[in-house]
Amino acid sequence: MTSVWPQLEPLLPKVQKPARYIGGEDGAKAKFPDPSLVSWCFIYPDTYEIGLPNQGLQILYEIVNERPDARADRSYAPWGDLEELMRAEGVPLFSVEHHTPAAEFDVLAFNLSAELNYTNLVNCIDLADLPIHAADRDRSHTLVIAGGHCTYNPEPLADFLDAVVLGDGEEVVGEITDVLVAARNRPELSRRQVLERLAAVEGVYVPSLYEMTYDGPRVAAITPLSPAAPVEVPKRTVADLAEWPYPREQLVPLTEVVHDRLNVEVFRGCTRGCRFCQAGMITRPVRERPADQVRTMVAEGLRRTGYDEVTLTSLSTADFSDVEAVVAGIMDDADGGADGNGAGAGTADTGCGPVSVSLPSLRVDAFGVGIAAQLQRARRSGLTFAPEAGSWRMRRIINKLIAEADLYEAVEAAYSQGWTRVKLYFLTGLPSETDEDTLAIAELARQCVAIGKRHTNRASVTVSVGGFVPKPFTPFQWFGQNTSVELQRKINLLRDATRKMKGVQLKWHDPKATLVEGMASRGDRRMGAVIEQVWRNGGTFQEWSEHFDLDLWLQAVDDAGLSVDDLCHRHRVEDEQLPWDHLSAGLHKDFLWQDWQDALAEVGLEDCRWTPCYDCGACTGYGIEHVVASATPPAGGSQGTGSGQDWRNPQPVAVTLAPSRPATTPAAAGQPVAADRPAEHRALEEAR
Amino acid sequence: MSPPPKIRLRIWFTENGKVRFVSHRDVARLFERALRKLRLPVAYSEGFSPRPKLSFGLALSVAHESDAEYLDVELTEHVGIEDLPGALSAALPDGIDVVGVAELEPGAASLQQAITSCTWSIEVLGAPPAEVTAAVAEALAATERPLERVRKGKTAVTDVRPAILALEVVGPTGGGIELRADLATSPVSLRPAELVEVLGIDGLSEGRIRRLHQWMIIDGVRCEPVRRPDPSMGQRWQRAS
Repeated sequence: MTSVWPQLEPLLPKVQKPARYIGGEDGAKAKFPDPSLVSWCFIYPDTYEIGLPNQGLQILYEIVNERPDARADRSYAPWGDLEELMRAEGVPLFSVEHHTPAAEFDVLAFNLSAELNYTNLVNCIDLADLPIHAADRDRSHTLVIAGGHCTYNPEPLADFLDAVVLGDGEEVVGEITDVLVAARNRPELSRRQVLERLAAVEGVYVPSLYEMTYDGPRVAAITPLSPAAPVEVPKRTVADLAEWPYPREQLVPLTEVVHDRLNVEVFRGCTRGCRFCQAGMITRPVRERPADQVRTMVAEGLRRTGYDEVTLTSLSTADFSDVEAVVAGIMDDADGGADGNGAGAGTADTGCGPVSVSLPSLRVDAFGVGIAAQLQRARRSGLTFAPEAGSWRMRRIINKLIAEADLYEAVEAAYSQGWTRVKLYFLTGLPSETDEDTLAIAELARQCVAIGKRHTNRASVTVSVGGFVPKPFTPFQWFGQNTSVELQRKINLLRDATRKMKGVQLKWHDPKATLVEGMASRGDRRMGAVIEQVWRNGGTFQEWSEHFDLDLWLQAVDDAGLSVDDLCHRHRVEDEQLPWDHLSAGLHKDFLWQDWQDALAEVGLEDCRWTPCYDCGACTGYGIEHVVASATPPAGGSQGTGSGQDWRNPQPVAVTLAPSRPATTPAAAGQPVAADRPAEHRALEEAR
Repeated sequence: MSPPPKIRLRIWFTENGKVRFVSHRDVARLFERALRKLRLPVAYSEGFSPRPKLSFGLALSVAHESDAEYLDVELTEHVGIEDLPGALSAALPDGIDVVGVAELEPGAASLQQAITSCTWSIEVLGAPPAEVTAAVAEALAATERPLERVRKGKTAVTDVRPAILALEVVGPTGGGIELRADLATSPVSLRPAELVEVLGIDGLSEGRIRRLHQWMIIDGVRCEPVRRPDPSMGQRWQRAS
């Protein structure tokens, strides 16, 4: 293994934030680069600040480095200033641990959490000095693979990737390593033969072993080309999260990054059933981490890292069984030293300064605010809620069954307990949304400010609106996305409606970016040519508004003979072959279709943690069930039920408890994907 | 009733190698975490967002190395300091090493108040030795050295010659020439990159730059913020003030 450090070092004084490129984090492994080990380079195709905190990447990095026969480094996309110097000086993409050229690793493994990073993926392969097309690489080249939420429709990247991993990575990363260790001793194997061996690993999809044919805008057929290629590739699901207490040593960077704090994943999966939410659909079933393990991970993590802040991560942490007791336990643990040291209760005192605990998202009810109050007795400034839609009709369609009364109760609780700013997240461009539904967003904001003004003159509400992108493996996967013109019109309606509302501030995501996300999200293999051309024309870092360029995309779509309407705005039909039908997130397609029909009929669906099974397929397909410690919903009811509904006081139902830990419940596995994208977006938004 | 005297430690550390690319602000955060890891009784500010009471002296520019960085930390109670250099170094990244810790006497001046100059090793690239030597001699002989600076959007010309307290050519490095300079930080200050600029050689650029000393004046005597070890005294450190 070589190092590019001697060439890189003189370039670093010339670039912004050079600490991005030096490694040296607390928790970094930097395992000796013994050439006999199978070597992985995990890469996040965005800047270091965005990529470093990714928990999925960190989990796999540790697991590989624990193996005696393998090692792993990390890499991130260099910012444009360094890329320019690297290309001028002939310095290839490198890992931050040993500054080893990326092409010297056996595997270059991307984490894909955002569609707008697709051109960065191509750029990174090119910067690594590898042929960008999988078809042009041979046995001597590094394998280029990817995992993460975006890979549930990997077809737009099929030209560039050798293999794709679906679902939780904890186990499959080892199985892939086993294949590569075995292949080490078989130099006579062709690249294709190695790929066929990888395709035999459950959860690994090898695009080159399938042919995709088309019928106009639709996919006609997806056909396996090799007996080694399964007709349907299932996702991987780790059954018991307790067996995977990773990252054991979360990376603590030398420079500031997003989510710069200790993160402890408390459960994976979500069954609230919000129909727009891909993360909630593809990570089922719910698998909780045992409460005592959470406490241990928090206490040890704080001690090891020196962080003064910890976030309990999941898709909806307030739903964690007995979350109040868990939070209280964490505060007790942290309270090991002197009492009452200045910071006040709510922040815990470890004897070495205040520690604060936070949840990534709040439930929209008084219960959620109650937990926030328990955690955040100091520093009360802003609270964020995500009602997602303005009208009750619309919230029934998306199955986010928050009654207005719930929201107002939550907002009342927040303002009355000292918070002065409330941030509300909404989607627009949802199925069957009318202008009345859109404008209901403004009305909600107006009411929330009015409630706030009863408590403080400083009360304000920030409304943040994003255009809706239909995602694969959701009930809305058939829905034709609104055009960017229509989304902008809706945003303008809201802008006009809120302009004169005192205390209401409106923010929105650029509908042009939403359009590109939509094309990449549900496109087929033909999108590869578009991505390649946008990259060739300099379109990298498209996630960054200062670099995003819609014209590059529109030109490339045109040049590829495709149409934005077909890719993005066309409603898909029931019997249509979808580009991801040969992959499985564990959900039955007919369940999703029925849920789509229910949505259009404005019928809501309860959270199946506490009601009978709807047979979505996520549990039965894997022979596992939701792993929750409590047979009843959290106190205060559960979002997903809504006030005034019959199921407000649900009967306890039988829930399978793990045999070994009946009291706390073990949980399962690990989506290696970590920080979900909206959260990153929000962090970025706030960072700028 | 006067408040109890503050308990302050002065930490002397070095920054070498890759870690020199970490910004001053990030180094401060590294120390905050290291102090928490050691569970030292650091004093915190009051208010809604309590911050640990750390105070750095001069910022070190990104990409510069240093043998002489200092940081004052306020504590709520006295602690033994014998093992602190080793323990802190272990809690900090490779390249940041704590070489000395001293408890300050009550009322000792802060680093910001006390530091008046620094000694630098400055590598310059892009000119032959004779030309650099001549430029150094010329700068020392000059009575004025005007430097145009943009500050807060306004251009101002400052005579920085008074800030050049000492300057000499040390000799060749791998690719350039090493200078050693004592540059004042007050009342007129001059940064190493600015010194390279005022030498007035076209195409002269800076290579590796290292801070060797920071100096303060106590009772008219120039000394370092933490007195360096006297070999006869073993591992004990003395206060400089």
